[in-house]
Amino acid sequence: MELYDESTKVVAGLKFGLLSPEMIRKISVAKIDTPELYDEEGLPIPGGVMDRRLGTIEPGVRCATCGNTPLNCPGHFGHIELARPVIHPEFAKYIHTLLRATCRRCGRLLLQPDKIEKNRKRMEALGKHWIMLKYRFAEAIQKEAASINSCPHCRAPQYKIKFEKPYIFYEERDGILVKLSSAEIRERLERIPDEDLELLGFNPKDARPEWMVLRVLPVVPPAVRPSITLESGDRSEDDLTHKLVDILRVNQRLRENIEAGAPPLIVDDLWGLLQYHVATYFDNELPGIPPARHRSGRPLRTLAQRLKGKEGRFRGSLAGKRVDFSARTVISPDPNIGINEVGVPIDIAKVLIVPEKVTPWNIEEMRELVKNGPNRYPGANYIVRPDGARIDLRYVKDLEGLAQTLKPGYIVERHLRDGDIVLFNRQPSLHRMSIMAHIVKVLPYKTFRLNLLVCTPYNADFDGDEMNLHVPQSEEARAEARSLMLVQEQILTPRYGGPIIGAIHDYISGAYLFTRKDTIFDKNSASQLLYIAGYEGDLPEPAILKPGPYWTGKQLVSIFLPDDMDYVGRASVAPASGQCDEEFCENDGYVLIRNGKLLTGVFDKQALGAEKPETVLHEIVKEYGTEKAREIMDTMFRIFIAYLDMHGFTMGIDTIEIPESAIKDIEDILRKAEEDVQKLIDQYLSGELTPMPGKTRRETLEELIMQRLAQARTEAGEIASKYLGMTNHAVIMAKTGARGSMLNLTQMAAVLGQMSIRGKRIERGYIDRTLPHFRQRDLSPRARGFVYSNFSKGLRPTEFFFHAISGREGLVDTAVRTAQSGYMYRRLANALQDFYVAYDGSVRTSEGFIVQLRYGEDGVDPARSDHGRAVNVDKIIKKVLARRGEK
Amino acid sequence: MPKKINVLNHVLVPQHIVLSREDAIKILKKMGIKKKELPWILASDPAARAVGAKPGDVIMIIRESPTAGKSITFRYVMPG
Repeated sequence: MELYDESTKVVAGLKFGLLSPEMIRKISVAKIDTPELYDEEGLPIPGGVMDRRLGTIEPGVRCATCGNTPLNCPGHFGHIELARPVIHPEFAKYIHTLLRATCRRCGRLLLQPDKIEKNRKRMEALGKHWIMLKYRFAEAIQKEAASINSCPHCRAPQYKIKFEKPYIFYEERDGILVKLSSAEIRERLERIPDEDLELLGFNPKDARPEWMVLRVLPVVPPAVRPSITLESGDRSEDDLTHKLVDILRVNQRLRENIEAGAPPLIVDDLWGLLQYHVATYFDNELPGIPPARHRSGRPLRTLAQRLKGKEGRFRGSLAGKRVDFSARTVISPDPNIGINEVGVPIDIAKVLIVPEKVTPWNIEEMRELVKNGPNRYPGANYIVRPDGARIDLRYVKDLEGLAQTLKPGYIVERHLRDGDIVLFNRQPSLHRMSIMAHIVKVLPYKTFRLNLLVCTPYNADFDGDEMNLHVPQSEEARAEARSLMLVQEQILTPRYGGPIIGAIHDYISGAYLFTRKDTIFDKNSASQLLYIAGYEGDLPEPAILKPGPYWTGKQLVSIFLPDDMDYVGRASVAPASGQCDEEFCENDGYVLIRNGKLLTGVFDKQALGAEKPETVLHEIVKEYGTEKAREIMDTMFRIFIAYLDMHGFTMGIDTIEIPESAIKDIEDILRKAEEDVQKLIDQYLSGELTPMPGKTRRETLEELIMQRLAQARTEAGEIASKYLGMTNHAVIMAKTGARGSMLNLTQMAAVLGQMSIRGKRIERGYIDRTLPHFRQRDLSPRARGFVYSNFSKGLRPTEFFFHAISGREGLVDTAVRTAQSGYMYRRLANALQDFYVAYDGSVRTSEGFIVQLRYGEDGVDPARSDHGRAVNVDKIIKKVLARRGEK
Repeated sequence: MPKKINVLNHVLVPQHIVLSREDAIKILKKMGIKKKELPWILASDPAARAVGAKPGDVIMIIRESPTAGKSITFRYVMPG
């Protein structure tokens, strides 16, 4: 509440300009001219950069200017009178354009007077409403003026100005480069009249160009460059202080030399050095000059470095900060907590606190917490009295007594406990599901625990991933988190509308095995499984009565489905070639749910999978709500894991073993392919090969070879698949979509196939060959990266090398891709961050400008749409037809 | 001399219509916004030039949209 009591003022506008030398002197409280910091007693020397008048940061000392203590003194600027002017490196670019666009003698803009008048009128008109256009126009004027080589006002010839980064200017007089001194540049800039500056896009009131050449340098107060006292009593100064001392030292020497009438060579040398020090004081990463270094060889961190980049003031301190009420630790899985829950280690729960107001209804409970104190869980760490005083319970002797003094209106900052709502986050936070609200469950041990189903939205695994947790402190924040950010509210992704939380890996394998036609249970195991799911109710009528009561997996699953649910769809295991659009499907792939009963079909990735739209799960979320979907994931899904445990599910070397005869068949296929490839090569060599449209003969050959070899691998895979049926656990995983693919199995059991770089066969390496093991110009599959072996047999040395090449390419590609897409995402997020959908449905910028008249042109929320459409007519018809077929 | 091409005839250029003052005011009133809050289009934009829009005009653009079927949007003509 205190936040709103402060009197507030509205910022009407911001104006940026240059500081004039007069302004710098006016701001300054002290002229700084001594390079020494402290005297023998360790006291700051007046006139040194640690002058007491600039404000102090030592405790116990008062500021010599404002008389405040270090905490209240904001610090005051000083100034250095430079012996000679130097160029401000950040403005060198503008100095360059000005020098080129104005006369070197009279300072006028290099355009005919009538043209100047015309442009001025245009500028004025533009300046009224279209400021951006005004500056664009000014750029055009700059360009035009720069191209003129004789002054239209005083007839003086103009020379080409050469700008050497970061701050040196030359004039090309008759082919000879003459260096322009800063003093000369300053004089030229001074001559430019105000009216002409306006045409060049400058505002002479706030930014006279000669101010870009410094004669006076502001000295930042010690508050922004604090010195640290080491244990040994020595002082260590900030980089900026070091830099200022350097500037003062050179400045002093330069002044002495000038006064002593030293030769111009020496003066110019020192002048250059002063320029270097001033330039690096502003930016120590200027291109073209070596960075100023500390004695240890470390580059100094000067003004620009403090602001720039990820750890700089903007991205590091202002756009991102460290926060209280947060925790971070390793995550680990827990299939026994709900998807909405998060397991919080007890040690963390004792540190994170929730403020709770004492009321007549909770006063006894709060007393108990206070009695337990900060070390016994569940307890409390602080009490805030209505007068605002905080009591730290760590230092309270008589907790019992304190607990009795509790009265309604007090605030108890108690430990985190079961049922509290927290925000849980895993970086990189690429979409809104990267931060979701969970309900706390305090658990022993030291890791955050999360349900496996929420791994997908967070993109988490448990190979050492860490996650962050934040505790909302206000009632509003908690309410908002609970109703908008809770995991179950995030099941549907706004990316394409499908459920992003759903079955993965073992859940899919388990669901498939459980709903298979041949899965039946006696009363014991059926009860056991339903108990695991937390089901309390009657068993349905058993499907099999003889030789005793047996229940099918489909029956048990149906218990959890909504009673009036209808669904028609295909399973992942259904063969791709039609046929399965009817009840009789070879793999039981026709999923039919009527009146909440699973009649045919199996549950696999196409029914319950994560990131799959138009599935049974998707239907449940949309038609029956997130609460029902959550309930199913916390009950039915648990059965799948339990059943998988019961059934046993494993894979070993023998899983991918195929009979000797099959290996022979595969070898035959590969030999046949090799012969065909040789024929193609012969055709190519004899010139009989006709090129394909748009390709050279060589490209055609490569294309045909790749095709033939790909075909061979497919055939080999088919042979292997014949011996790997749906009883094979690896095949079950591949076909149901749990993990892996049939291609993976082919590579393990049959043949690896062609290794490639950038989609081509491997060609690089030695002259006309890939490895010294082959003859030059050998185009045969083996010499160009075709791997005949499989993972089960093992690879030959050359094959292994080709495989490594291909593997490395994949690795490099992913690394490059993540870096590129990460950068693109950053720029997009920064560009779009304050767009919002207004109440009238339009998308607007923070200033209220319209970006889209209607969000997405149709106003549809993709998370609640059917593939981007508000209604899916096909689906409704299908559903109605299914209903009608029931009659 | 190359033949003058009317960009509006190109398949990828949607229909541009310059609104009359009254129509523009009516539409802006309906949306409850000022002219300047609309997205801008330069008077030198080829499509704006083709329909003869002057700075200060409002152009109505009717285009096919993959999501909304037909989508109508407006542009405020800027000098340039």
